[in-house]
Amino acid sequence: MNTDAAGLGRARAFGFVLPALVLVGVFLIFPALWTIYLGLTDFRLTGLAAANPSLVGADNYLTALGDERFHTSLWLTVQFVLGSAVIGQAGLGFAIAWALRNRTGPVKRTVEGLVLLAWILPSSVVAFLWIALLDRDQGTLNAFLHTPGFAWLLDHPMASIIVFNTWRGTAFSMMLYGAALENVPPSHLETARLAGASTFQQLRDVVFPRITGHMLTNLLLISLWTFNDFTSFQITAGGPEGRSEILPVYIYNVAVSGGRLGFGAAVSFLVLLINLVLALVYLRLLRGRRGVAT
Amino acid sequence: MRPARTLAALAAAALSLSACGSGGPSGDGGTTLTITANAISGGKNAATADWTKNWLIPRFEEAQKAQGKIVHVLFQPNGVDDEQYKTKIALDLKSHAGADVIDLDGIWVGEFAQAGYIKPLDQTAGPEAGQWEGWSQIPPAVQSLGVFDGKKYGLPQGTDGRVLFYNKTLFAKAGLPASWQPKSWQEILDAGAALKKAGVPVPLQINAGTAMGEATAMQGALPLLVGTGSEIFSGGKWTGASQAVKDVLGFYRQVYTTGLGDPRLQQEAKGRDKSFQEFADGKIGVLAEGDYFWRSVVEPKAGVAPMPDRDKAVGYALIPSRRPGAGVRGQDFVSMSGGAVRVLNPNSPNAKLAWQLLSFMHSAEATKAGLAGEARITSRTDVNEEVLASDPMLGFVSEKVLPITSYRPGLAVYPQVSVALQEATADIVSGKSVEEAAASYERKLEGLVGGAANIAR
Repeated sequence: MNTDAAGLGRARAFGFVLPALVLVGVFLIFPALWTIYLGLTDFRLTGLAAANPSLVGADNYLTALGDERFHTSLWLTVQFVLGSAVIGQAGLGFAIAWALRNRTGPVKRTVEGLVLLAWILPSSVVAFLWIALLDRDQGTLNAFLHTPGFAWLLDHPMASIIVFNTWRGTAFSMMLYGAALENVPPSHLETARLAGASTFQQLRDVVFPRITGHMLTNLLLISLWTFNDFTSFQITAGGPEGRSEILPVYIYNVAVSGGRLGFGAAVSFLVLLINLVLALVYLRLLRGRRGVAT
Repeated sequence: MRPARTLAALAAAALSLSACGSGGPSGDGGTTLTITANAISGGKNAATADWTKNWLIPRFEEAQKAQGKIVHVLFQPNGVDDEQYKTKIALDLKSHAGADVIDLDGIWVGEFAQAGYIKPLDQTAGPEAGQWEGWSQIPPAVQSLGVFDGKKYGLPQGTDGRVLFYNKTLFAKAGLPASWQPKSWQEILDAGAALKKAGVPVPLQINAGTAMGEATAMQGALPLLVGTGSEIFSGGKWTGASQAVKDVLGFYRQVYTTGLGDPRLQQEAKGRDKSFQEFADGKIGVLAEGDYFWRSVVEPKAGVAPMPDRDKAVGYALIPSRRPGAGVRGQDFVSMSGGAVRVLNPNSPNAKLAWQLLSFMHSAEATKAGLAGEARITSRTDVNEEVLASDPMLGFVSEKVLPITSYRPGLAVYPQVSVALQEATADIVSGKSVEEAAASYERKLEGLVGGAANIAR
């Protein structure tokens, strides 16, 4: 069978792809390789090692892997991704999409509008709003709950940024699931209802099998986004004492604030590897599912 | 031939874009210079920002015009934490960009010079820099703020001193004297206990933790350390987990585990700004700060946390040694000093002109105008002599504090040592024991200064 549908031939097809490949090379592959190289040096932001960095071999990588702060940070990131992306955004997003699926009119438009607003506002504005909300002295939340002086950001920094990020990013999951639910034929749901299926049974046996692909794609995207999300820095700066220092904040704190660019590059590369593994797992799941479907 | 033409057009566009950077010719054939500082109108160091915009820039442009040169000076304001400002400037200089005249904390000169980000003035500005009239007016101790490895990198703007500020209204409520001068650490704690008893929410604010950055070292750990007779770096060695460091951490522990200080304030991302506000609101009894606090924070008009009744309500006292005579050089009282400098950007395309601007900024006339009636120890003796008498706080710092003060070591590794020290105080604030905090400090120190051989205990 002829696979060359456009009739371009190998050379011309390559010519068409070349600009894209060059862009990928310049902006993706070269920086990644450069990061690996920097990770092998003691490069710093200031001081002698800024002018003349020297190679230190795998020191940075080994230090990072043995660093307690890196372990803590990795564990916090796992909590952050599971809590705010997988449970928070995907769960809440689906719940809203499911609740609104048959609705039309002002209620649906208002809810969707509010959820979308949280998504499209600039992050610095949103961060300021949340600081004002959670501040222990003059915070809005403390005023509502009559709990003056309760330090949300100091006593529960992780919970605070997980709730924040759920609020912030639910819109994407909501829209994606909203579109996905339209793929579920109403007749199937009706049949299930007539057969006496409970809501849970309807979801499990009719809805989820139809939208597994959407769910996996959504989880892949939001997990990766959340894994690399930096917005929480503007609220807690990783504090207090690193108790909300997720990996992107950790890298910023050691590399840019602390000036250890070489070490930061090494950690960045480790994060890149984790991201790749995460993506591979999801893609694997997706492919396995397609294999079943066809 | 079309691709070639497209390429040429792209290249031309790129060239014209790069010509838009600072220092490029502007429409009227004049030259543009840029000044940057961590100062912004209506915010941090507002007086400096206002002086730069309202006095300095018009005067300098006028003076240049009189010589037949068209010069435009732009001011890039910043209003962020010192550490963030430092990072920004380092990245600017690293990418060969940034303003022509840059404000730096004197303590950063070493690491910036080692990185090659800044060059000695006689290299950037030429021999004129050495012959500048101002040098004879600046005492050597103040000049050394801009010196690294025996070379002058920047012009010092002035110096400062640390004292204990206290709220006289709260003191009266607690039955404490209106003119207070503690003679030992214990007397600070006693005053704190009295304030606590009188219902003052935060009796003592001694900066701690990493969120406050260098402010923890300058206003807290280092003045306490010199109060034990020890210095962070002396005789070629860094001070490790010595008894002196443990005493300092012990004092922190007493403040932050007995309700005399607010541990939360030390942990919050904006804790230092908040402590200023709380002092101004009458919630903090005693607060250790530099004279910056007096002239830029609680200053009645332009301060970030203004106190209309500052002159009546705010008192200041010397920081006592642990016990009388126990301080460094056998002193009863101690302090720490630092100061900002201005440097030239070695990548400036108009270095000579930038030097003219820099030296103009440090002329006696400009220095005097920069004071605008507020208290500040300038770098110039001629100006200090004139303005000294007008403000009691300025006089106090200059006469009582500067003779007994200490300076940080101008070594490139110091900022990292400072962070280790800040982390030790953070450990105390979060409830760890003195032994734990000291041990972990020494461990970090060994990694920073090249092993135990460079550490004194």
